[in-house]
Amino acid sequence: MKTKIIRKQDMTGLLNNLIQEYEVFAPVKRDDLVIFDRIGSDKDVSLEYTNSIKPPKEILFPQSETLFTCGSIGDAASIEVPVSEERPRLLFGIRPCDARSFLLLDKVFNEENHRDVYYLSRRNDMMVIAIGCIKPRATCFCTSVGGGPFSSQGSDLLLVDIGDDYIIQVITDKGSRLVEKVGVADAGENKLALMKMVIQEAELSMSPQIKTDGLKEKLDSAFDDPIWGSLTEKCLSCGICTYLCPSCYCFDIIDEVTDSKGERIRIWDSCQFPLFTLQASGSNPRPTNKERHRQRVMHKFSYCVDNYGQVSCVGCGRCVIECPVNLDIRQVLTTISNR
Amino acid sequence: MSELSGQIREAVRKLLRQKEVDLVIGFEAGTLPLHSTPCFIREQQEAERLIWNSFCDNNLAKYLGKRQEKIAIIAKSCDARAIVELIKEKQISREQVVIVGVPCHGMIDRRRAEAELEGKEILEAEENDGELTLKGNGFTKVLKRSDYLCYGCEVCFHRNPVIYDILIGDGVAEKATDQYSDIAEFEAKSTEERWRYISDQVSKCIRCYACRNACPLCYCRECFVDNTHPQWTGKTTDISDTMIFHLMRAFHLAGRCVGCGACERACPMKVDIRKLNRKLVSDVKVLFDYEAGISLDRTAPLATFKPDDPEGFMLNP
Ligand code: SF4
Ligand code: SF4
Ligand code: SF4
Repeated sequence: MKTKIIRKQDMTGLLNNLIQEYEVFAPVKRDDLVIFDRIGSDKDVSLEYTNSIKPPKEILFPQSETLFTCGSIGDAASIEVPVSEERPRLLFGIRPCDARSFLLLDKVFNEENHRDVYYLSRRNDMMVIAIGCIKPRATCFCTSVGGGPFSSQGSDLLLVDIGDDYIIQVITDKGSRLVEKVGVADAGENKLALMKMVIQEAELSMSPQIKTDGLKEKLDSAFDDPIWGSLTEKCLSCGICTYLCPSCYCFDIIDEVTDSKGERIRIWDSCQFPLFTLQASGSNPRPTNKERHRQRVMHKFSYCVDNYGQVSCVGCGRCVIECPVNLDIRQVLTTISNR
Repeated sequence: MSELSGQIREAVRKLLRQKEVDLVIGFEAGTLPLHSTPCFIREQQEAERLIWNSFCDNNLAKYLGKRQEKIAIIAKSCDARAIVELIKEKQISREQVVIVGVPCHGMIDRRRAEAELEGKEILEAEENDGELTLKGNGFTKVLKRSDYLCYGCEVCFHRNPVIYDILIGDGVAEKATDQYSDIAEFEAKSTEERWRYISDQVSKCIRCYACRNACPLCYCRECFVDNTHPQWTGKTTDISDTMIFHLMRAFHLAGRCVGCGACERACPMKVDIRKLNRKLVSDVKVLFDYEAGISLDRTAPLATFKPDDPEGFMLNP
């Protein structure tokens, strides 16, 4: 792996350089919340953050998006698919868990038999510059689900904060071409030693929070376990855990018609909503929060293992922190594991 | 506070032992600092799990609807007020609930406490004698509890449950509150300013519906936003769609909202939802001299009609 180094104060120049070429998205503060947004200059960026409230998935998979509009010209029907003329996107300063989540989203939206053109139009040329976590939160459990505070999966470049400088780990060819183009120095031995220390310290500060060994089998055999009823009795069936999850991807398609114009829109959906599986007959196979919450857990930790060979949780902890009734997925998984 | 926990457990054990109730809804310790979490108890020996502290901020009345069992509920004053409304609206009968009332000093707003620490993570929180001690890696910070209350608690002037079967602990002194100065301030702004403020807030909404689902009085079997036939509202996060949701919800709660703030606390995006709700609470108070959740006998103004009802706001909006 190639490693480069850049002084923190030179990051400004680098970022402003990148803004010339890319649509740059970075963590910015809005009121007291950190979200990912398009930036116009390096001044908007706030890298002093643990993680954003909303995951960056909306940059690839917006919460609502027009798939096409239709109408009529004379007797003929017309259909228009929106085309984006945008420059390639660059995600700057996202966390390694979120960078990993893109690989999970790819499995869904860039699957051999189903290539999602809308997703891919943003994904194809996208550049990801992640920043490793020197201070993981107590709610982070990336290491329990195959990631880590300095995991490079899903990133083109990974920054390591070593005090006055950032080490730039060059992960992909795309990343390599970028650093060659902007021209940054190679990292020296002593700086690399410092980097190793920083990484080790962060990794040591994290302890395993869920057991994934044998978890799938446990979940599969516990499907009818009455424990699901008591585990989920307090669930409010809101969409926080799914909407804030970087790897939840369920959506709904709706048609909106005004006068002679129609619009087909894709919007996020949530398995926690009663409407999610409501059938036209009025019957609902997942009528209560028990079935719905079980679905969320099974989907992530069993069905995705079947379908993609991987759990679909990156351990970011957003659902843990933001659940209004403190329904903690770590606790749910541990309880099932111990059955 | 631990004293109150003990008294709650005692009362609950007795209720379950004497088979007066089948289910108890209360709080237990959460998995995160500054969090307690709703819990459901059916056996005497589980009463040990019950606790009471300044982090019991959910409105448990939310869980009362659509149940058949006889239920005891640990209710702070805003939970009790929501129960009053639910009884009046025939969502539960008075006989079906045993209300274990807990006088309330106000709940802690964890975001306010967190804001004090400039991004440092709280790993442990303790409360003692009006102080809140927060600990994390390399720091201990002691805060004055009363400076970090939820906004709804700060403006609450019904701290003692208005209705109960069993009362835990001693009553607490009511605050002399300057009742709606925050709303008066908002009302003093120009229409444009108010619209801009509400629009700014609502534009953050991600339509997760946590506000609605946390609200004890949002219990419609089918919420108007979920209706598909016909579809009353747009489903996108375009401000025009989101605004409809918030305005309609606020109007549906006019004269019913008990001001508990559960909606606002649930919101991950920190949308100032209560500005709308509280404005209506204040209007209902001013126009009809009515406060929701205070009396079982008085009919809510929007559930009745009197020839001399004020109507200026309809004729000259
Ligand atoms: S399930 Fe929770 S912890 Fe896992 S990726 Fe989703 S939000 Fe993060
Ligand atoms: S609208 Fe908000 S403040 Fe009013 S009763 Fe519902 S949750 Fe409580
Ligand atoms: S909880 Fe907040 S983000 Fe969710 S729907 Fe309500 S206002 Fe919107």
